[in-house]
Amino acid sequence: MGSGHGTELNLTLKVWRQKNAKAAGSFETHQLTGISTDMSFLEMFDVLNEKLIHEGKEAIAFDHDCREGICGACSMYINGRPHGPKNLVTTCQLHMRSFKNGDTIVVEPWRSAAFPVIKDLAVDRTAFDRIIASGGYVSVNTGNAQDANNILIPKEAADEAFSAAACIGCGACVAACKNASAMLFVSAKVSQLALLPQGQVERKERVKKMVAQMDEEGFGNCTNTGACEAECPKGISLENIARMNRELTAASLK
Amino acid sequence: MSKLDSKIPEGPIDQKWSKYRSTVHLVNPANKRSLEVLVVGSGLAGASAAATLAEMGYKVKVFCFQDSPRRAHSIAAQGGINAAKNYQNDGDSTYRLFYDTIKGGDYRAREANVHRLAEVSSSIIDQCVAQGVPLAREYGGLLSNRSFGGTQVQRTFYAAGQTGQQLLLGAYSALQRQVGSGNVTLCSRHEMLDVVTIDGVARGIIARNLVTGEMEKHFGHAVLLCTGGYGNVFYLSTNAMGSNVTAAWKAHKKGAFFGNPCYTQIHPTCIPVSGDHQSKLTLMSESLRNDGRIWVPKKKDDNRKPTDIPEEERDYYLERRYPAFGNLVPRDVASRAAKERCDAGYGVGNSKMAVYLDFAFNTARYGRTEATKRNIQNPSQEEIMRLGKEVVKEKYGNLFDMYEQITGENPYEVPMRIYPAVHYTMGGLWVDYNLMTTVKGLYALGEANFSDHGANRLGASALMQGLADGYYVIPYTLGVYLSEEVSRMSAEKDKPDSIDKLKTKHPAFDAALKEQTDLINKFLTIKGTKSVESFHKRLGLIMWNKCGMARNKQGLTEAISEIQALRREFWSDVRVLGSADEMNPDLEKAGRVADFLELGELMCKDALHREESCGGHFREEHQTEEGEAKRDDANFAYVAAWEYKSESNWELNKEELKYENIKIAQRSYK
Ligand SMILES: Cc1cc2nc3c(=O)[nH]c(=O)nc-3n(C[C@H](O)[C@H](O)[C@H](O)COP(=O)(O)OP(=O)(O)OC[C@H]3O[C@@H](n4cnc5c(N)ncnc54)[C@H](O)[C@@H]3O)c2cc1C
Ligand code: SF4
Ligand code: FES
Repeated sequence: MGSGHGTELNLTLKVWRQKNAKAAGSFETHQLTGISTDMSFLEMFDVLNEKLIHEGKEAIAFDHDCREGICGACSMYINGRPHGPKNLVTTCQLHMRSFKNGDTIVVEPWRSAAFPVIKDLAVDRTAFDRIIASGGYVSVNTGNAQDANNILIPKEAADEAFSAAACIGCGACVAACKNASAMLFVSAKVSQLALLPQGQVERKERVKKMVAQMDEEGFGNCTNTGACEAECPKGISLENIARMNRELTAASLK
Repeated sequence: MSKLDSKIPEGPIDQKWSKYRSTVHLVNPANKRSLEVLVVGSGLAGASAAATLAEMGYKVKVFCFQDSPRRAHSIAAQGGINAAKNYQNDGDSTYRLFYDTIKGGDYRAREANVHRLAEVSSSIIDQCVAQGVPLAREYGGLLSNRSFGGTQVQRTFYAAGQTGQQLLLGAYSALQRQVGSGNVTLCSRHEMLDVVTIDGVARGIIARNLVTGEMEKHFGHAVLLCTGGYGNVFYLSTNAMGSNVTAAWKAHKKGAFFGNPCYTQIHPTCIPVSGDHQSKLTLMSESLRNDGRIWVPKKKDDNRKPTDIPEEERDYYLERRYPAFGNLVPRDVASRAAKERCDAGYGVGNSKMAVYLDFAFNTARYGRTEATKRNIQNPSQEEIMRLGKEVVKEKYGNLFDMYEQITGENPYEVPMRIYPAVHYTMGGLWVDYNLMTTVKGLYALGEANFSDHGANRLGASALMQGLADGYYVIPYTLGVYLSEEVSRMSAEKDKPDSIDKLKTKHPAFDAALKEQTDLINKFLTIKGTKSVESFHKRLGLIMWNKCGMARNKQGLTEAISEIQALRREFWSDVRVLGSADEMNPDLEKAGRVADFLELGELMCKDALHREESCGGHFREEHQTEEGEAKRDDANFAYVAAWEYKSESNWELNKEELKYENIKIAQRSYK
């Protein structure tokens, strides 16, 4: 039991390389040996990058920061699945014990018109920030709040809002969707605020504005395939999309 | 005369802030629109400051190196945020939070700042809830609290093990609302590389666009550094991979004094290192110590499975040594106690550098309570554990999952193995009561400043401090300076080459830009043989071994020369590939490691000069017979504020700490 007992893997990696947004990209193949099963997927990339630098080749660019599954930065499309083969796990929390000796692993960036590639595996997800800026908030300036316990919130509502608020903004839902729809992401924020008393005043305006911005950013339509929910590392539920559709209908009826 | 003026207002401690706040100069609304504020950092401190200042009418620009402000390192905070609400009616008060923080900091923090922090703590919770932050609730709809170390009240608010995420998303939403209304310009994927000063006053920054590589000049009437802590100088820490000291360090080299650089927090409960490939360490929140009991076997080299070791053969060493606080002693104390057991040969796991954090006891307790609640008569042991696990899952589910992802072990079944790891830096840029550094117009907020936690930070107090600085302190204290700026601007209105007319066309901006461009080119032209990463790792090892949990004169002296040698090697043999005019993560990292290589030396010098033990700073030469930290109040009750002179050359300035409201005492948790 315990750590340090990782067995070692030999792997073939096919990684997408693309110099910048305009350049055409292609796959590059690398062999790795002696990868410990205790390593995280990104630590395996660290090993690969060290090897590349040693060989005088440029390291592969990819987004990452917390490596704890919470910041939402990491974003690799691994063997045809956003964040790889394990459910409910981000790329950074995926460990090499999920792979077998001799495996070939194909790694690509998120692919969506609304998320253009910046370099290699790093994409531009600022569309998500603009969607939040369009209405994903409660309009309350600092200094205007009443005592927190004056707002009673039933535990169930608080818990449900929290589950929706757990979205890390990674964009896997978009990457998983054949239409590149951002409905899961947008509906998570709409739901969180629709479920709470604090979100009621702006409820109708919010959903309209956020959906309008989502459309403007070039995300596709939702055709209920459910791929987003299946690939979401935080288990954001399709319920949220249903709720958002109801919210939108209600908001459109004057 | 001291160069340091802390600008603490006169008057009794509990009136200083309220009186100051209502008498400071204000900036009128029309003038605010012509004042530009640069906020570097979008964590709790930066996002809250930027949103609030923009709401007040200032023109704000925000910078962060991540692709989105929502990904700032604050997002990873797990356990909770303190506030003296006394919702639990357990005797909490502003004074008690103030007292606990000063004591927890081992009497090395500034009283007036800490009291202010305790005073505004309640409003933070109100503001966050108003924003829709889903903090945990009880069945009656009221907010829930949990306990954290170093206190005997329940004042910690939380959202499962994702408190930082929820608070940051609240602040981020407020920020994005201002972005949406055009009051904030957002510069994500930008890295600040230098502060631009003109006649010693901060006037802007140089930043690199991390997508295009373009070097940019930005003008501001004030610059706020909210750039987080520097724990990554140790290479392995619980900080995010990108966390770094560059902004603070460059400011330091431009005249901002660095306060108490050696005060580092080593967190007792982290997942142990599993091999050489380790890129970072993962925290298991302090809140787990609420419900977990820490132990090692009583026998050395006991290789039995933890579940096979009977109760009487376990050493619950924290409960044994500190009966009053038990598993909830402050972090520095808990960390040293774990190190002591492992060094003495009682550690567990393959590396023997780990102790157990065991939930079985409390899982059973919860299970029994649940059974009673649900009216289950004579529940079996299995039933009890099943019910208990449900409760534990709700409280800490995401942490338990994370543990299992990383270690491959199920913590619901076997105790977690944990070991201390670098977590937080109490040291940082020295600031006065207004949060201004020793460079006029340059401020530091959040973890980037040195101010509130003394030599040891209590759990759940960093989130509180970051948001206090951003939502409630800087909005007032910035006006003190900016109202002077307004007068200056109107006096210089007709001056053709005034700072306000020239802005980034001032030659100081070009000089700073050139300096930073040259630096980048230098990295790329060394063309050595060793990667940036390898230097970072080596630096980390020196720091951890010689400036880590226990320090001594010999080790620190060695570390200083080792770091100097490593720095020379870096500048002659580092290999940075790619070019400057594109996204180049390796180049970014080169700059950060170069700064860590200078900071590390200062940390060791600070640790060497402080001939006492206090909080997270433990000098082996200074301990009590029982192995506790031994302070020297007669000689070291001061903030060490280091002034940069030239490479490897600093001058020490001291801010004496006066305790007028708390009796300074030997810290005891027994
Ligand atoms: C795993 C973990 C768990 C924690 N849990 C808790 C907890 O439960 N309770 C608690 O109170 N505290 C906790 N802490 C501590 C707390 O999270 C941090 O101290 C706090 O969030 C720091 O906030 P900040 O705003 O000062 O900086 P950060 O959140 O670190 O933000 C720094 C910002 O500065 C930007 N930046 C940095 N340098 C530059 C540059 N050169 N140019 C441009 N931008 C730059 C970054 O992009 C980022 O936006 C935890 C810490 C860790 C590591
Ligand atoms: S909904 Fe899930 S997949 Fe989509 S951005 Fe949020 S966390 Fe990522
Ligand atoms: S790196 Fe933060 S979620 Fe993966």
